[in-house]
Amino acid sequence: MSAPAWIGVAIVGSLGSIARFLLDGAVSSRTSSSFPFGTLAVNASGAFVLGLFSGLALSGEAFLLAGSATIGSYTTFSTWMLETHRLGEDGQFLRGLANVLVSVIFGIGAAALGRALGGAL
Amino acid sequence: MNFPLDERRPEETPIAIDSTTRERATSTGARNSGTGVSDPSVDRFELAAIALGGALGALARIALALALPHDSVSWPWATFTVNILGALMLGYFVTRLQERLPVSTLRRPLLGTGLCGALTTFSTVQIELLQMADHHRYGLATAYLVASVLCGYLAVFLSSALVRRVRALV
Repeated sequence: MSAPAWIGVAIVGSLGSIARFLLDGAVSSRTSSSFPFGTLAVNASGAFVLGLFSGLALSGEAFLLAGSATIGSYTTFSTWMLETHRLGEDGQFLRGLANVLVSVIFGIGAAALGRALGGAL
Repeated sequence: MNFPLDERRPEETPIAIDSTTRERATSTGARNSGTGVSDPSVDRFELAAIALGGALGALARIALALALPHDSVSWPWATFTVNILGALMLGYFVTRLQERLPVSTLRRPLLGTGLCGALTTFSTVQIELLQMADHHRYGLATAYLVASVLCGYLAVFLSSALVRRVRALV
């Protein structure tokens, strides 16, 4: 991969992370529940967009940059797991389980939906 | 007006679980950006730290993805590795930093939100699962999903426990 492409990865990695931070913060500050709606919003929306790019058949470097580098940085697996763990520690096991199940269902659903939309365009 | 970074006003007690992004909304509804000050605007240094960590995390993940390519019916080792590694690291960083006084204002956005957040990815997993399903490899998809969640959870659990055990000893 070319040097400019790597610089591109770094830049979109930054932007994706900042976008995640801002959306998570915006959603979290508006919910009083301990359920991590912020991360869910980020992950579901990211799954949708990545599905869209996949359906649009972006390939090669284009998909790598727009898809993997950007959206991959935007969504997060680690935060999802941490928040699930912390819910369990707080004794909120059902909420933790719900966090896993709901995220997976919404994630796969959003990705499939995005992919179908991208394929149709 | 500048508040000392470590000062917390009494009403700013986080009321919900800790997260990598920021302490949850305080009881007053104002956001605590992690500096210990109730601040409706976002701290630009915090953003810079997230940006830097995010760049590094993305670079590492993409580099590994290129080094360990996989087709649609093979185990996505690159994604699996960064996700479990990132979960391990996040458990370590957040546990180590959250219980430290004064609150480490820039290390958490740099290492937590930035590095671990960008190193790991949720969306890629979903696409990989769909691709496995495309090829009717439902067993593989289920195994990948279950392994990711179980190992990810275990990783956070272990690194968190390790930090606390070490702290309890010293």
